[in-house]
Amino acid sequence: MNVAKRTFDAVIVGAGGAGLRAALQLSEAGLKTAVLTKVFPTRSHTVAAQGGVAASLGNSTEDNWHWHMYDTVKGSDWLGDQDAIEFMCKKANEVVIELEHYGMPFDRTDNGKIYQRPFGGHSMNYGQAPVMRSCAAADRTGHAMLHALYQRNVRANTQFFVEWMALDLIRDADGDVLGVTAMEMETGEVSIFHAKATVFATGGAGRIYYSSTNAFINTGDGVGMAARAGIPLEDMEFWQFHPTGVAGAGVLITEGVRGEGGILRNASGERFMERYAPNLKDLASRDVVSRAMTTEINEGRGCGPDKDHVLLDITHLSPDTIMKRLPGIREIAIQFAGVDPIKAPIPVVPTCHYQMGGIPTNYKGQVVVPKDGNPNSPVAGFYAAGECACASVHGANRLGTNSLLDLLVFGKSAGETVVEDFQSGQLKLKPLPADAADVSLARLARLDGQTKGESVFDVGLEMRRTMQKHAGVFRFDALLKEGVQKIGEVAERAKRTEISDQSKVWNVARMEALELDNLIEVARATMVSAEARKESRGAHVRDDAPDTPENPNGRDDANWLKHTLWYSEGNRLDYKPVNLKPLSDDVEPIALAKRTY
Amino acid sequence: MSINRGRVRWQCRRALLELDLVFTRFLERDFDRLTDDQVADLEELLRCDDYDIWAMVNGSKACEVDRWKEMIGLLRQR
Ligand SMILES: Cc1cc2nc3c(=O)[nH]c(=O)nc-3n(C[C@H](O)[C@H](O)[C@H](O)COP(=O)(O)OP(=O)(O)OC[C@H]3O[C@@H](n4cnc5c(N)ncnc54)[C@H](O)[C@@H]3O)c2cc1C
Repeated sequence: MNVAKRTFDAVIVGAGGAGLRAALQLSEAGLKTAVLTKVFPTRSHTVAAQGGVAASLGNSTEDNWHWHMYDTVKGSDWLGDQDAIEFMCKKANEVVIELEHYGMPFDRTDNGKIYQRPFGGHSMNYGQAPVMRSCAAADRTGHAMLHALYQRNVRANTQFFVEWMALDLIRDADGDVLGVTAMEMETGEVSIFHAKATVFATGGAGRIYYSSTNAFINTGDGVGMAARAGIPLEDMEFWQFHPTGVAGAGVLITEGVRGEGGILRNASGERFMERYAPNLKDLASRDVVSRAMTTEINEGRGCGPDKDHVLLDITHLSPDTIMKRLPGIREIAIQFAGVDPIKAPIPVVPTCHYQMGGIPTNYKGQVVVPKDGNPNSPVAGFYAAGECACASVHGANRLGTNSLLDLLVFGKSAGETVVEDFQSGQLKLKPLPADAADVSLARLARLDGQTKGESVFDVGLEMRRTMQKHAGVFRFDALLKEGVQKIGEVAERAKRTEISDQSKVWNVARMEALELDNLIEVARATMVSAEARKESRGAHVRDDAPDTPENPNGRDDANWLKHTLWYSEGNRLDYKPVNLKPLSDDVEPIALAKRTY
Repeated sequence: MSINRGRVRWQCRRALLELDLVFTRFLERDFDRLTDDQVADLEELLRCDDYDIWAMVNGSKACEVDRWKEMIGLLRQR
């Protein structure tokens, strides 16, 4: 089959915060840059981010990047790489102020500086008290950020391919990355995007879980494409459950609500977080709060007829504060929980929210894999940033507002690295292998030719239920073992999906079948990695790895202070060391300690 | 020329889970029964920002375009 080819200096897959930030760097440097996106750029999931972006500007309380770095390392339960974390925290002020210059309408203090609010896990003076570090634009931070970045890209002549779906990564015999295959939804045609540099910024895969705060678009396409092309996935057992998803619907109630004074209560009205995190209470790190809530529910102190949720109470705040600082929250509560939070508390449960793992990268945004004894050998021509990547700054648990920061810092950094590699002549347009599009064409031919196959919806539902039951907030050995087998069975079924509508143009059913292929890779990676990790750390909590003096919080540094790498082929695991050494001499390594709040 | 319904269906994929939930219900219940004119109205509405659509659906913002009111009405139906 004849496949059209397009050639660029760089192709970026994804037009959310990370993709747009990277694109800007490339276009402004004069590189011919294509950005592919499944949906119009300003409809990317970054729009949903409400809470804010972290930076130690110190506008509202005293602050500095050392404290931010400490909080991030501690938040990560020491699984984050300290070089990347230092890099991110140091760069935070620069990228946020840059965004301000791009026209981002941040909230202001009375004297005109960017207003900052407190957020879970962020503290002053190494864990002493909450700090005000989150910069926000009302409760539309992500939306405002995306619009500012998009406008700037339009100005820089970035070329967008909107409603194009990337299908597979193209690698040659050396393993170098040469671009992607992609389908234009309007025609159903497959093209090759041939480029010197390929940047993945495809976002997360939160839709592998049944209960999720993520919109339907978060199907982990980049992560799935990388896995199918032989790139290992890092730390996929670590998923953040947001403490406050609306019970039954999943819709997120931002932590900003607790930042403004919201309190979690159990069936007897008790402010139970005082028992679990005496210092930071309701503003402790997300995994700590999610586990506390799950424990309350498991021990019979949940609310409602089924005792299956707890309550988020803001009835003590003035209606004025609620309307001014948290307007969107009121509407969500009314629509999806049927309560007006000015008058009654909101029913909430921990809900899958964020993917800490992903495509392994270094702080420069280069994708790195083990090769010839080097655990972090860059893959020529391949870069990644944002939620699909694992730098790894979030380690075993991400702090709220650190993700928007991650997009800005590593989107920019990946862009800068591409520009450097381009200008130094290191990046070459290598010839395409003759079979460059064969994998994609075979996938499509299989799907179109499938008879007596499986329904995409049914297989997807089975995957989500399996993940929810077998790899949730608390994890149990027997359930995980069973989960590995079950998800393997679901993956087999996914190889036989069938669609009844075979029209070429705007075939949503076909898109969803292709997305499921990506979700399945992520689900397998998660289950297998989780089953294998025999300790508790951050968001990965096993009942058979409890809190003991030798292993505080169940964390086993002697055996498990290492990153997981999962390979799709053979369902195989490997591990690599965590980088405990910061990037510069400006800061000492943050020494291992028990994580308490 | 009539609008491709598959395209409009795809454009009901939004950035906010709130809207995905609302549109799922709408696509299952109402979409196939829409006339071409109604699909054209919907297509126009879908060009708005997610937060604007969401505000019209949850009633915090009035829908000021007459042509969209019928669609907003369907989206609001629980
Ligand atoms: C409800 C909610 C609230 C949040 N609030 C905050 C917050 O307050 N602060 C914070 O720091 N973080 C927050 N987060 C997390 C943060 O929003 C995300 O981690 C972040 O926005 C991800 O950005 P991204 O650029 O990596 O991906 P996205 O914004 O998800 O963009 C992905 C892009 O990739 C494209 N794409 C995907 N697959 C393909 C394909 N196959 N072909 C072509 N294009 C493709 C999409 O079209 C899209 O343009 C929140 C998350 C949620 C769900």
